[in-house]
Amino acid sequence: MKKLLNDPADVVAEALAGMAAAHPDRLRVDLEHRLVLRAGGPVRGKVAVVSGGGSGHEPLHAGYVGLGMLDAACCGEVFTSPVPGQVVAATRATDGGAGVLHVVKNYTGDLLNFEMAAEIVAAGVDGPPVELAHVVTDDDVAVEDSTWTIGRRGVGVTVLLEKIVGAAAEERWPLDRCHALAERVNRQGRSMAMALTSCTVPAAGRPTFELGEDEMELGVGIHGEAGRATVPVAPAREVAASLVSAVRSDLGLRRGESVLALVNGLGGTPLLELYVMAHEVHRLLAGAGVGVARSLVGNYVTSLEMAGCSVTLLRADEELLRLYDAPVNTPGLRWGV
Amino acid sequence: MADLESFRAWVADASATLTDQAEHLTDLDRAIGDGDHGTNMARGFAACAALDPEAGYNGIDAYLKMVGMTLVSTVGGASGPLYGTFFLRLAGPLAAADEVGVHQVGQALRAGVEGVVARGKAQLGDKTMYDALAPALEAFDEASRDGQDLASCLEAAALAAAAGRDATEPLVARKGRASYLGERSAGHIDPGASSATLLIEAAARTLV
Repeated sequence: MKKLLNDPADVVAEALAGMAAAHPDRLRVDLEHRLVLRAGGPVRGKVAVVSGGGSGHEPLHAGYVGLGMLDAACCGEVFTSPVPGQVVAATRATDGGAGVLHVVKNYTGDLLNFEMAAEIVAAGVDGPPVELAHVVTDDDVAVEDSTWTIGRRGVGVTVLLEKIVGAAAEERWPLDRCHALAERVNRQGRSMAMALTSCTVPAAGRPTFELGEDEMELGVGIHGEAGRATVPVAPAREVAASLVSAVRSDLGLRRGESVLALVNGLGGTPLLELYVMAHEVHRLLAGAGVGVARSLVGNYVTSLEMAGCSVTLLRADEELLRLYDAPVNTPGLRWGV
Repeated sequence: MADLESFRAWVADASATLTDQAEHLTDLDRAIGDGDHGTNMARGFAACAALDPEAGYNGIDAYLKMVGMTLVSTVGGASGPLYGTFFLRLAGPLAAADEVGVHQVGQALRAGVEGVVARGKAQLGDKTMYDALAPALEAFDEASRDGQDLASCLEAAALAAAAGRDATEPLVARKGRASYLGERSAGHIDPGASSATLLIEAAARTLV
């Protein structure tokens, strides 16, 4: 394993200390609870939007804390969900009296830890009651959704949801409306990813899975979980075609509709290649008569140094686009300020 | 009969065993999960084994609750809440007891396993830790009904857990990260069922 680390066990704490040093104007870091908090919070009268998950997906979630997006991110160990104490501390630290919305990606660990945290806050033993709601993102079409399994994973839609719902909270939408909006964004978006290489969790020291020089993994997850199939490496236009057609058909996109399109790098793929993919994705959508209302290309939900990309399409409408365009000032997304 | 010292010995044994087996558990997890189960379990149980015996607990139930809370706050992932809930619920039937026998340990085990099911909503055959815990509980109860002592009941439970663990190999996972693999999760032993078995085996060595 070749990585820029000191002790692998310290990677999350040291990265958070780095974020605190790099963004003192926007962020406050609670190293004890491993939280990244919006500077100057809690914001009175505003719904707080709190998310969290395993580390290793940067900028998700810590990089999306700030004006117009998240109020706090709870940072777990690499690829391991945060623990309830962190979520409780984040909830208490950000509540401005209007309630707190938890944004949870659909993984068993994240669900159970956020659920235990909500129970602890609801029990009220450690402080006053806080109005809570939660949304679970599950946009990955590579996973078959059935009542027998945990269902789809939460991936790229999470970024768009945090942006859009963060804007609504900034406009002082009440908790129930923020929650309904979050559910709607999740319903209207789908994603699928592919990987060219595996990734190495620092504490493990070895790649999570093996992939041959001439193979790629289609439908991969953001923790290096395998997906639909291991297949021979193909040109970008073919990769884009399989991702876009899977997402488009699941979403039931029709001619004349428009989308927000996210072409996301998994950490180890250069922007040059992501723009090649973006070209293919836009071309395919144009061919299907689907307009691209907004486009985002870059590393937004990563899987350490994994090479590969994901495509997320979110069915656009006037309200979502207006909230998406609203000002945001975070280390990971910044416009309009 | 088992007293507070036995329960402390159980946690210490579990910690040593999980540290020793961390690499093996992580290998199992790498095959069908994300390759961190061994590290996370070893870290959590080491924190439990390091709990100060002088600090804030007097009695078996208070100790087990503290172990549960420590696991919840140090393991992370799904295993933290699941093993944490197991220990938190174990404490219930052992309230206000200085020494517990086969009957109470059986009740505690049942409460713990029911807690895991309530939290994780797993069913038998989902390829999870429950596939080791359920047969362990059943074997314990059967040995207990036959009038066997605590050590023999736990030995029966450990054997049944190991058999349950081995039986997860051909299963297709329906819960947790392994479920994303679908059919490809078959042919691998479940890491959660493996760590659960190590825990019951540690109990059989210490809760006597």
